[in-house]
Amino acid sequence: MNPESTTDLTGTGVSPDSVARIHIMGKRHEVPAGLTILKAMEHAGYRLVRGVGCRGGFCGACATVYRKAGDYRLQVGLACQTSVEDGMYLTQIPFYPAPKPLYDIHELAPSAATLIGFFPEILRCIQCNTCAKVCPQGLEVMRYVAAAQQGDLKRVAELSFDCIACGLCVSRCPAEIAHYHVGLLSRRLHAAHQIPRASHLADRLKEIEVGAFDEDLDALCKADRDTLRSLYTQRVIEPEEEIVGSSAARAGRG
Amino acid sequence: MSLLLTPGTKDDLTREVADLCEQNLYACYQCGKCSATCPLSFAMGILPHQVLRLLQLGHGERLVASQAPWVCVGCMSCAALCPKGLDLSRIMEALRTVRMRRLESPLRTTQRDGKWLATLPQSAVVAAMRKVSR
Amino acid sequence: MSDRNGGKPVITGVGTGPDTSASPSDSTAGEAAVYGYFPGCELRTRSTALDSSARQACRALRVELREMKDWTCCGGLAPQVRDDYAGLLAPTRVLVEARAQGYEELVTLCAYCFNTLKRAHFMLEHNADARRHVTAFLELGELRPARVLHLLEVLRDRVGIERIEQAVNSPLHGLKVAPYYGCLLLRPAQEIGLDDPEDPSVLEELLGALGCDVTAFQAKSDCCGSYHIVTDPESVARCADTVLDAVAEAEAAVVVTSCPVCQFNLDWRGSLAGNGRTPVVYFTQLLALALGEPIEQLGFDESALAALALLPAPRSSDERSQEER
Repeated sequence: MNPESTTDLTGTGVSPDSVARIHIMGKRHEVPAGLTILKAMEHAGYRLVRGVGCRGGFCGACATVYRKAGDYRLQVGLACQTSVEDGMYLTQIPFYPAPKPLYDIHELAPSAATLIGFFPEILRCIQCNTCAKVCPQGLEVMRYVAAAQQGDLKRVAELSFDCIACGLCVSRCPAEIAHYHVGLLSRRLHAAHQIPRASHLADRLKEIEVGAFDEDLDALCKADRDTLRSLYTQRVIEPEEEIVGSSAARAGRG
Repeated sequence: MSLLLTPGTKDDLTREVADLCEQNLYACYQCGKCSATCPLSFAMGILPHQVLRLLQLGHGERLVASQAPWVCVGCMSCAALCPKGLDLSRIMEALRTVRMRRLESPLRTTQRDGKWLATLPQSAVVAAMRKVSR
Repeated sequence: MSDRNGGKPVITGVGTGPDTSASPSDSTAGEAAVYGYFPGCELRTRSTALDSSARQACRALRVELREMKDWTCCGGLAPQVRDDYAGLLAPTRVLVEARAQGYEELVTLCAYCFNTLKRAHFMLEHNADARRHVTAFLELGELRPARVLHLLEVLRDRVGIERIEQAVNSPLHGLKVAPYYGCLLLRPAQEIGLDDPEDPSVLEELLGALGCDVTAFQAKSDCCGSYHIVTDPESVARCADTVLDAVAEAEAAVVVTSCPVCQFNLDWRGSLAGNGRTPVVYFTQLLALALGEPIEQLGFDESALAALALLPAPRSSDERSQEER
């Protein structure tokens, strides 16, 4: 790219200095710096039907790996959250094989044996930490595999909570572990079997079942729009946390 | 079994094993104590001291299909007894390593085996995965 | 290998601040000696009895096993070839993190973990290439691994057999035991250095101090079949039979071990054989029992409880002190 050139690639009046020279799947492109990888790919002419999803950093569809010229290090990011940089050499990993097991969560015990039963390969982990190095969410993936081996489901749940199942860890693991499946089963087991039940929820459900709220619900269904609106705007959401002097309090629930 | 011995001949497997095991193969004088004490020699086919003899003669490739390295479980009874201080368990490990690097893998568990593996002591399963699976 | 210091045991507690050197502290002055502790995955899942009985016994001896934080798998058997650097990663991680948490020494109980960590430490010390690769891969500035101990070493060399004997208040008189070491606890001798690789005595000394009737048991350092329980259970059956036959010959009531795989293999074979199953217990369970810990809290299985029930009831401490007057 000739820095003297007056070609305005972006059509936005942005100067040529803010052009990023990147390679997408081996093909060279020049895109405006400051775009996300996702937008840069679309700017380059790709129409994405895989490797794109929520565009908000949540669904894990757009996991991207890249290298910078002259640097052996492999770097990762979500295409929708990561800006392009000059010299990026990138590709996407939209899918990596990891068949999921089927189970009935209520028939399983919350233990290491259950996890090993579905994923014996977790015992092949060599603690290389490649999974954590390649996680775009910065999670301590190796530690949660270790916690799974030890049957500490609570810790697996804590450490894997922000996992978006992008699959980058799965693609790099020498022991061929499918980390996000292990994390997901652990979180489900922990929630289904270990977290204490909310007794007030159970009580309320019973009340509903015996019809304690049937009359109120009936009245609501028959109420007109204005009544509904006024009931809604004046509702008290958290009676214990109600601030004295609020409109709700003034509405007579103090 | 007939072997053609030519001076200096060492086949590939011999050279790799000799490099990895860090043992002086030529120190062995074939007393046979290792084979006598090995608790798993009954399942090996070719005995430990015979394994070492083949390596000494440079004919390690004849061991490429032997069961001995997979049967050896690394109890080191041989090493404790060897009058020359050789550690035959390391030689077995070198044989396992070379063969696994040639993509052999005697233990190939799949997810279907998970339930059964979960009934076994974890230390043993991890060790088996390390030692005999690729 | 014991360090008796002229009869008075030297107890070195290790501090938990950053890189404090071991300082001798006499626990008879009332302070507990603290050791960094690595349980291993097995002690957290199937073999919790080994872990919990060890903690109870140590508490009674005023030794604190302080579990290191956030530990990962030991690696399940250390590399035995020159260039298996990947296999060194797991144990190195454990040893380096233990040291970084302030533990110069790390106590282990599971024979697999002990052997793996100790051999890895040896390899890091003697194989410069391995050390270089592992240090670079783990992105460590310098490699400072903790030293590895087994609880038996702590009990024999730091606490002292005599002190343990004095602390016993429910001696296990009449209990015929077969001390079974297996292989990983002892070999290879030049790397492990716990005891004689073929004719060890630390378990005999300890069990004798607990009042047990220790049998001369021929197969005490023979292999149980180890991880072949996964790959070739018939081999385990044959190896275990060698051990169990020797147990029967010695007429022992229980087999005493320190390895969860030995415990499983012997127990598995014993229950398959169908002709009277000799209970296989951990030395820590008997130690805790002899130190007066309640039997129901020590994780003994039914066959062990049955064997222990045949012992004469332990005298209470009142009865004993009356006798001594």
